[in-house]
Amino acid sequence: MASAPHIVVIGGGSTGAGITRDLAMRGLDVTLLEQGNLTHGTTGRMHGLLHSGGRYAVSDQASATECIEENRVLRDIASHCVEMTGGLFVKRPEDTEEYFEKKLSGCEECGIPAEVVSREEARKIEPHLAKDIDKAISVPDGAIDPFRLVVANAASAQEHGARIETHSKVTNLVVENDEVVGVEVDHSAGPGKRVHGTEGGTEEIRADYIVNATGAWAGRIGDMAGVDIEVRPSKGVMTIMNSRQVDTVINRCRPKGDADIIVPHETTCILGTTDEEVEDPEDYPEEQWEVDLMIETLSELVPMLADARTIRSFWGVRPLYEPPDVGSDDPTDITRDFFLLDHEERDDLDGMTSIVGGKFTTYRMMGEQISDHVCNQFGIDADCRTADVPLPGSDDFTVLRDYMDEFGLRSPIGRRSVERLGSRADEVLKTDGPNPTVCECEGVTRAEIQDAISQSGSDLNAVRIRTRASMGNCQGGFCTHRMASELHGEYDESVARQAWDELLQERWKGQRHALWGQQLSQAMLNYALHATTQNRDRDPADGEPVDFAAFDTGATQPGGATGTDVAADGGRTDGD
Amino acid sequence: MAIESEVLVIGGGLAGLSSALAAAREGADVRLLSYKQSTLRNASGLVDILGYTHDGDGPLTDPYEAIPELPSSHPYRTVGVDGVREAMAMFDDVTDYRGDHTDTNALLPTHGGTVKPTARYPRGAAAGLASDDRDVLLVGLGSMVDFDAPHVAAHLEAAGVPFEARGVSIEFPGDLRADAKVTRYAKLLDTNGEVAVGGRMVGARDALADAIEPHLDGEARVGLPAILGDDHPDAVRAALGDALSVDVFEVPMGPPSLPGLRLEDALFEAVDEAGGNFETGNPVVDYAAEDGHIEEVYIEKNGARIPVSGDQYVLATGGLVGKGVESDREGVYEPIFDCHVPHAEDRYDWFDLDVFGDHPFARFGLPTDEQLRPLTATDSVEFDNLRAAGGILGGYDFAAEKSGSGVSIATGHAAGTNAAQEAR
Repeated sequence: MASAPHIVVIGGGSTGAGITRDLAMRGLDVTLLEQGNLTHGTTGRMHGLLHSGGRYAVSDQASATECIEENRVLRDIASHCVEMTGGLFVKRPEDTEEYFEKKLSGCEECGIPAEVVSREEARKIEPHLAKDIDKAISVPDGAIDPFRLVVANAASAQEHGARIETHSKVTNLVVENDEVVGVEVDHSAGPGKRVHGTEGGTEEIRADYIVNATGAWAGRIGDMAGVDIEVRPSKGVMTIMNSRQVDTVINRCRPKGDADIIVPHETTCILGTTDEEVEDPEDYPEEQWEVDLMIETLSELVPMLADARTIRSFWGVRPLYEPPDVGSDDPTDITRDFFLLDHEERDDLDGMTSIVGGKFTTYRMMGEQISDHVCNQFGIDADCRTADVPLPGSDDFTVLRDYMDEFGLRSPIGRRSVERLGSRADEVLKTDGPNPTVCECEGVTRAEIQDAISQSGSDLNAVRIRTRASMGNCQGGFCTHRMASELHGEYDESVARQAWDELLQERWKGQRHALWGQQLSQAMLNYALHATTQNRDRDPADGEPVDFAAFDTGATQPGGATGTDVAADGGRTDGD
Repeated sequence: MAIESEVLVIGGGLAGLSSALAAAREGADVRLLSYKQSTLRNASGLVDILGYTHDGDGPLTDPYEAIPELPSSHPYRTVGVDGVREAMAMFDDVTDYRGDHTDTNALLPTHGGTVKPTARYPRGAAAGLASDDRDVLLVGLGSMVDFDAPHVAAHLEAAGVPFEARGVSIEFPGDLRADAKVTRYAKLLDTNGEVAVGGRMVGARDALADAIEPHLDGEARVGLPAILGDDHPDAVRAALGDALSVDVFEVPMGPPSLPGLRLEDALFEAVDEAGGNFETGNPVVDYAAEDGHIEEVYIEKNGARIPVSGDQYVLATGGLVGKGVESDREGVYEPIFDCHVPHAEDRYDWFDLDVFGDHPFARFGLPTDEQLRPLTATDSVEFDNLRAAGGILGGYDFAAEKSGSGVSIATGHAAGTNAAQEAR
């Protein structure tokens, strides 16, 4: 073989990033293309659950078995992205004993460690559980940060020579003689890291093989080559609470249903979810009843949720797929298994495979299988190493060190920074200058922001997903201008301003679904701080020129307006 | 037996203080009840009357001229241009703010790098006027993330200011921790406390001037974030100005805002001088009324309910931020007297999709009659002896218009004056 085959992977979610890392580690030449930020689609819109498999232990045992296997792998290779919270399947009096038993035996059959805990024990673990629950099953569920995980996969792929292009939309496939031989790409800001205000351009990228890992968008890519991929996008809402009412994943122990899970995630809890088939993965209604349903139904498990503060809600679309002959009516019946569609076998179109369905927890396994498949196309015999080699940040991450003294950080901030950075903590936090906290809600310091900027260019949303800055209680009210200032210096003022506007708008988007009570009060404060104090809503830099001379030029009394020594109040105030 | 006063003001922000001051100046026996810190700590300390019209035109040079064009629901229409002028005269009389020599708005730099129109500004901000064409050196502290001087300077230039702006970052002398609070800097400068510089102890004012001096390149004025003293800001500014032979100004900042807190102090002092009484730290939780007339209110103090009564009441508990207006998933309400707050039934109609869009929630508040008495859903007076002032009033978007302080002062003045006249 003269040179390594060039593979283009379309889709920068967990699956695409996982495939890219895997192929790059096997020595292939890979380019990853993502239309938005990494995690822009489904991955960035999940509840952050690291499945134990318990959820599928009755309905879909194949998936359940895969989940527990990958759960163990991710604890190893992505330790800085995982918090092993443990999980409970909680039975209320109105839920059936029969299902409870099925769940328990299902877990055993799938090799998922599961134990029955009494009401008293469950309420000892989670004191805010409803007083009238019956009992629960404990399982090794956990929480995982999808942003950090995907970024780490992309970084690892890059270290192995891959090219990562975000904000680069595939606009067409190049098909010659029934073979996909390349893609046409529209870069929103030029190739490489995204820089606001930089002119983008189109590029044709020739490839030996294309992997379509675009999930709910897979049909769009299929259309470009005239093949039919029937993904059934299904939307689900997730509502974020401002604090952790529970520290364990709480599942409702009953068959499929809406609003049956609470995932503690960093400083928040995420309530989920609904399951509603939609036509278009990018344009679907986000409705009030869905948010209300989360709060009302889940407060049956944790009553204090009824009056707790929510900070925003977001919706994701699952890329559900079922083979054409099954024909389920209800999206909750569709398997969570994944499918590899080799378009050569299926549609007589060479050079491309699509991967559809699947779950976040098994992203690595999907990556392994599709990488095996790609390697087979070229007769390459290279082993998958992604289950054994830790991701950047997770190597040798055995002890959480106390960085308070070493980096002059207050202890909770130091601890959180180190948790986020894992083994990269030294590299990132050792800076020469002062390292103040930029985002107070999430305890993110300047060093982390600067590190994220060095990875992602001027895109503050990309900085956000790497650091969690602007994702806390105030939803950016107090830190978006600070984050923009961190861009300035390396980037021009106009670039920083565009990035700032974009982040403000993005943060507003999800808060809209939490606008009552304290969060409405917060929204008004944020609005006042940006509009009144800063006048950002009528920023003259974005508008018509201002006739400065028409305004007050200062008092004309002796000493002028600018003197610091004149009492203009008849001497009532002393000059100190 | 309830504690009695002629005018009882509930709320200790700009509107409450203006009400109490106006009522006391009318000779009424006034008591002001305030619960938590007022939202003045969040405010820049600039006093805006009106910077933009309802339709977003502006920045306006003359706020008074635009008032008669506002929608009839606007609180300014209730008090009228003369009412606003009288109120501002009272404000000017008790503060040392600048801008009272003209009806024309001033433009001041913001810590976000833009400029904003305002009617009155603290003396500390006076040398920063954006219409002044003298060049500016902005000085930020490397560890203070709210004010990045080079970024602010570059943004001001992008806003087209008629002078050159340059920004530098320095370290505050002494070995303060990276996340020191603004009050820590202010205190050091207030007391001219000693800080260690190169192994010797130097007064903080001199040390700060020494740190700035090498960066000056002929600029006639130097701007710093608003940290220049809490109790003695004029002296701090004068000391820096003398040492550097420049005019020194502060750029207003977000919370915790020293100019906002200084203004609060000045107004409390003025109310005190005018003979008003205060009762702070306890919330008003309930009231008793008969035939649409409030008899007394109850404050909660260490678990006890203490009755306090007045002949006339002024409600100045603020808007959504101050919690004078509250909401839940079902609706929007006024928590003490349950006065009517108009709002759309569907909470998805409370906001606009754009972050700076036309947000109905920004206009949530009480509708009133011409005497600022809150009205029910059917336009009758809620209580014959209750008036409302400031952020709790509905029908205006202070953030978009830059009218928050002006409305609070004007309606506070009117409500306090009316209440006192009624009580006498």
